[in-house]
Amino acid sequence: MAASFEISNLSAWYGKRLAIEDISLSVEPNQVTALIGPSGSGKSTLVRCLNRLHELLPGARAEGKVILDGENIYDDAVDAVSVRRAVGMVFQRPNPFPTMSILDNTIAGFKLNGRKPKAELQEIVERALTAAGLWDEVKDRLSAAATSLSGGQQQRLCIARAIAVQPEILLMDEPCSALDPVATLRIEDLIMELRERYTIVLVTHNMQQAARVADRTAFLLGELAGDPGRLIEIGPTKKIFTQPEDKRTEGYITGRFG
Amino acid sequence: MLGASALLLALALMVVRFLQLSWPVWKAHGLGWIVGTHWAPAEGIFGALPFIVGTVVTSVIALVIGTPIALGTALFVSEIAPAKIRRPISDLIDLLAAVPSVIYGLWGIIVVLPLLQPVEQFLADSLGRFIPIFAGPPSGTSFFAAGVVLAIMIVPTISAVTREVFVTVPQDVREAAFALGATRWEMIRYGVLPPAQAGIVGAVILGLGRALGETVAVLLLIGQIPSISKSIFSGGYSMASVIANEFGQSQEPLHLQALIAIGLVLFVVTVLMNIFARLLVGRAKA
Repeated sequence: MAASFEISNLSAWYGKRLAIEDISLSVEPNQVTALIGPSGSGKSTLVRCLNRLHELLPGARAEGKVILDGENIYDDAVDAVSVRRAVGMVFQRPNPFPTMSILDNTIAGFKLNGRKPKAELQEIVERALTAAGLWDEVKDRLSAAATSLSGGQQQRLCIARAIAVQPEILLMDEPCSALDPVATLRIEDLIMELRERYTIVLVTHNMQQAARVADRTAFLLGELAGDPGRLIEIGPTKKIFTQPEDKRTEGYITGRFG
Repeated sequence: MLGASALLLALALMVVRFLQLSWPVWKAHGLGWIVGTHWAPAEGIFGALPFIVGTVVTSVIALVIGTPIALGTALFVSEIAPAKIRRPISDLIDLLAAVPSVIYGLWGIIVVLPLLQPVEQFLADSLGRFIPIFAGPPSGTSFFAAGVVLAIMIVPTISAVTREVFVTVPQDVREAAFALGATRWEMIRYGVLPPAQAGIVGAVILGLGRALGETVAVLLLIGQIPSISKSIFSGGYSMASVIANEFGQSQEPLHLQALIAIGLVLFVVTVLMNIFARLLVGRAKA
């Protein structure tokens, strides 16, 4: 079930500006791979290239190879929509559909593109919300508006929505940056649980978070202001945080810059 | 709050004054003249129904034709068009919304009317056989012609407002839909349209208001025949246009009073159609 990414020579542009340059790394199945680096280092851009969301912005494009299930998602024959169906995503700010109920948000992935859920609807909703650690809190008010939930609950609802359609990989773009510390811890616990079944790519500006939940960590950096982000190094999280190979990684994790 | 109260008071005073001015008509004919089908001021016969029908029918035709086009245009500008051409298209639409209606009326007579002839003939020959409202023969100036030109006039209005509404839908929501594997249309249907619903209704009501009150363009295109016909291809008359056309020409006090009374009816019809439109939406939401 869990899949992997093999990224090679990936570059992405916003108009004429190069945002990430020549990035190659692999994302292993059933692991949490964290992307860390200062603002502007291209972490978000990189993760948004992994489900081809990047190219939807006006003037944005990407080049290179991202192999998912043996297929390059940037191959001409591959439809971006089918890529996005196979790769789930959770964003910085919780973004449930504002006019939909908790229930409808959970199954939005099916409703949106008219896919028939394989199992019973009730079962899918319960499974997704349980996996997102939200079921006990909302089971009695599934028809309430999603916007009636707290920020942390909304974010877990967005996680439920992403995993309800059983993606192969889950992308998380700073999922805790808009949440308080308690809600953040809940999401981190959740990430550890989800790793059992999913491959996760986690963008975070919070190094402690990467240290807590990630199996592997990649450090990105655009050295001078305006430089595109490049991969400096990737390795087991413990190694990155204790014996980084690159001086710049060491500088960043010890707080000398960034 | 104060402004709203002042506005309401002004409206109430206007209604009272209109009622006062047209009182002889109500006194002589009761409420019955509103549904009277005959209008012959020279003989002292006043029936308002042909004008009410004309106003409502032309406005409904305008909304049926205009709303989908306006929404499509607004969606194209806000969701589909490349960033470079969004601005010019929006500016053009805003410009069209500001063109005086008499220009639309003249353009309608000179350009649109001849273009509509074959369309009317075709609809009359096909649908007209089974559905009375499409029955022929088409008469040139007609409910349909007025409705089509009204549609063209309200498209910029509805489109300009709905575009602004679509722009306020957060980008987050669009990305949520795309990330779940929505196509662009699915993103629009589930991500953009639901939160924009109330704004769309407001825009359509604004367009409806313009259509109901439109005077000169309708006057030129509707045929100025105070009769009720089953077919939208026949000539008719509307409330606003009969007031504009006959008010300056008549010396007959009762005739003038009847025209003022029609103005009052137009006001009431406008309010009723607004309420009806809102109820319709309230029901759709529930």
